[in-house]
Formats: sequence, C-alpha cells, structure tokens
Amino acid sequence: MKTLKILILIFFTCLPSLAQEDLMSLLEEEMKDDKKPDFTIATFKTTRIIQGHSVENVAPGVLDFRISHRFGYLNSGAYELFGLDQATMRLGLDYGLTKRWMIGIGRSTFQKQFDGFTKYKILRQATNGSPVTLSAVGSIMYKSLKFENPGIDNYQTSNLFYSGQLLLGRKFSEGLSLQVMPTMIHYNLVRGANDPNDVFSIGFGGRIKLSHRMSFNAEYYYQLPNHRLPDTTNSIAFGLDIETGGHVFQINITNSDGMTERSFISETTGNFFKGDIRPGFTISRVFTIKKPKGFSAEK
Amino acid sequence: MKKVICLLAFSLISFGIMAQGIYITRTGQVSFYSETPIENIEGINNEVTSMINADTGEIVFAILVKGFHFEKALMEEHFNENYMESGKIPKSTFQGKIKDLSKVDFKKEGNYPVSVEGDLTIHGVKKAVTAMGTLTVKKEGISVLSSFDIQLEDFEIEIPSLVADKIAKEISIKVNCAYKPKS
Repeated sequence: MKTLKILILIFFTCLPSLAQEDLMSLLEEEMKDDKKPDFTIATFKTTRIIQGHSVENVAPGVLDFRISHRFGYLNSGAYELFGLDQATMRLGLDYGLTKRWMIGIGRSTFQKQFDGFTKYKILRQATNGSPVTLSAVGSIMYKSLKFENPGIDNYQTSNLFYSGQLLLGRKFSEGLSLQVMPTMIHYNLVRGANDPNDVFSIGFGGRIKLSHRMSFNAEYYYQLPNHRLPDTTNSIAFGLDIETGGHVFQINITNSDGMTERSFISETTGNFFKGDIRPGFTISRVFTIKKPKGFSAEK
Repeated sequence: MKKVICLLAFSLISFGIMAQGIYITRTGQVSFYSETPIENIEGINNEVTSMINADTGEIVFAILVKGFHFEKALMEEHFNENYMESGKIPKSTFQGKIKDLSKVDFKKEGNYPVSVEGDLTIHGVKKAVTAMGTLTVKKEGISVLSSFDIQLEDFEIEIPSLVADKIAKEISIKVNCAYKPKS
C-alpha cells in the first residue's frame, strides 16, 4: 500500500514534465535568459529635429542628401509675397560610417557658408541597457563671404566658427521623444570688444507622433545670459515631419535665418511672437551606397 | 525488493521521457521575400528561437521582429515603424504540430518530408497555416527546411496606396533551422 502511494506520488511529480502541453511557455522561459540589449529605434524620424541635430544617425553605408529652404519673414507683406520672394538654402550630404558614427558636409547660401560635422553616439537607449541616448556633435563652419574691408589686415581664420553639442535624448513612448542639447559655439572673431567669443546655450527638442508617417516637432534654444551676442533672440522652431516612402519632408516655421548651429542658435534676430516667422522645408532622400552582404533581393 | 526495482524502473522511465525528445535552436533562420516588378524586399532574421518535441510532434517558434535585417536601412525602419509596429508588438510566433510524426524516425538519419499545421501569429493576429517541409535527422541533431506563403491582409498589415506597387500582397516565408538536443 505504501509503495503504491509512493508510486502515485512519483507519477504526479513527473506528470507536469510529462505533459509538455505547452512547449511555447518552455520556449518563452528559454528566451527570458537572453539579456541582450534591445536598442530603441526611430527616436526621431531623421537626423535633425528641425534645424539642430537629433540623436538619430544615418545608417552605416547610407548617404542622406538634404535640401533645406528658408523663406523670408511672413510679416514682410504682400510685396514680398509674405516672404516667398526671399529664400536661402542649404545643400547637405550626410553619410553613416558605422552604427554610431556619421559625418556630413553642407553649403549654405546664407553668407556663402561651408560647414562640416561629425556626430558620434556614445550611449544608445535600450531595454536592458541605457535609459537614454547620448551623442556628441562637433561642427565647423566657414563663412566664405568677401571681407567687408579688403583694405585692412584680414585673416581667414576670422571666418571660422566652431560648435560643440551634447545630445541627450530619450524615446519615452511610441509617440513621445524628448531631447536636451547643451551647446557651445566659439567665434574666432566677434564684432564688439565686449562680445563673448564663446556662446553658451541649452536646447530643448521633442516630437509627438501624429501617425505612422507624420510627427509634430518642436525645438528651442535658450541662450545663457552674459554668454550671448548682443541683440540676438532665442531660436524657436515648430515643424512637421512627413514621410513618403524614400523621402522625408520636414515643413517648419522658425525665427532663425541660417541653418547651421552658429547661425540659428547664436545669431537669430527675429522675434517669433511679433511675426518674424520664416516658413521653410527640408527634403531628405537617402541612398544606400554600401550594401550589406547576404541579400539576394537586388534587382 | 521487486517493488523497489519496479519503483526505480518507473521513475527512470519517467525521467527519461522528461529529458528526451526536446530539440532547440537559438540561431534559426527565418526570411521573407516580397517580389514586385518595381522592387524586391528581403528580410532575414538569424536569431530565431525554436523548439521541437520529438515525442509529441509539437513545434514552436518565437521571432523578434526587430531581428529582421534588410538590404536598405530605410526598409528596416519602415518594417518596424510602419508595418509591423515592433515597438508595440515585438514578437511573432508559431505554435504547431508535425502531422505525420509517425513517418519520422528520430533515431535514423535521413530526410523526412513532413507537413506542419498550427497557428501563426504576426502583428498580433493569429491565423491557422499549413506548411510543407523537410525534417532531416543527423548525428548532431535535426534540421528543418520549409517555405510557405502568407497574405499580408490576413495579418492586418496595412500598406498605403503610395507604396502599394512596391510591396507584394503575398509574401513567401522561408524557414531554415538546425536544432540540437536540449540539455
């Protein structure tokens, strides 16, 4: 009788393992042990929130051709067709070197300026990993406009500007991403003797996804008092990112003139709330230059 | 004494059944292919986890959507963001059974044509599918090869009209997994 009891006991102990009714739960348990970081993707739609950099990078081997336009002030009246008669633009080429590192060059009509930058992801937001993405951006700008006073001693280095930024971003949910950007911009030459050569500011940016293919973006750069150029205002921008297959359209309004860090962060003069608003847009088109191996789908 | 032997034998048998018969892979490959005159799209996932119970014929797959990689980074982004919504629905699964298990001898090396029937869950939508495949028994384990087609609309994956002629309505799926006995 005792043996029978033991037998029954053993039978029941073994039963759960015998009845592997749900192989799926066994599989799920197996996967739980896998603690690989799951990197967050698509914090922002493109590499720029509106004018400034986002924590997004161009994928390795991908070239991003960006055409940006900025029109005149909306309050310039009907004679200027509310700003449409004046336009400045920037053409840019960005390229992804690795998963973390991208570079880019550009040319703006505003002050005939050349620019180049490098952006590196130091931390990547991930489930089982970092809660934020941290990137560093360094850029250099060169104004190639002819010197105002060719008669005096002019130095080419006085046309150079440098900017350094940290981008701290987090995708809080599918719909909401926010970013903070401490920024320093260095001027080799400033106009006034009392103007600072180093301009400090903190940027705030974010996006709200409206649908799979559209998002609302906002960006604001607060310049620290005593570390800013005289008679400048803080840059404000609102935009819509619209995705259409291979292109991303970014439509925006801002009070800034140029489209590089030095021009929009530290040299904005428009007063957004008095109607100094410039409409603008950017078209981004990506091309896969270096194809990853192992795919046969090529046509 | 007899009883004790009986007991031992019984427990050994039960333990044997417990450990035996389950095969696993964590590096299975599942790929899909969309063919249209304008563009072909291929997604490959090399980190598929799957298990087979040789005793019951059960076969299960769990696939992380983000594990699919593409020739173009933009395809991968659209796949995750717009179509599969991997942020919300990170996994696709298959839970099924080998129908003609009696034809397979897991102790004898060789190729066995099999048919698998079960529930495929993609984009959070469950659908019954049947797939033909080949099960190969080898010294080191077993491997499974299969291909079958699915309809995108069955899984409520919306394709906007703008890109409708670039994405096929019928997608072919290939499975290629090598299993080892689960320790």
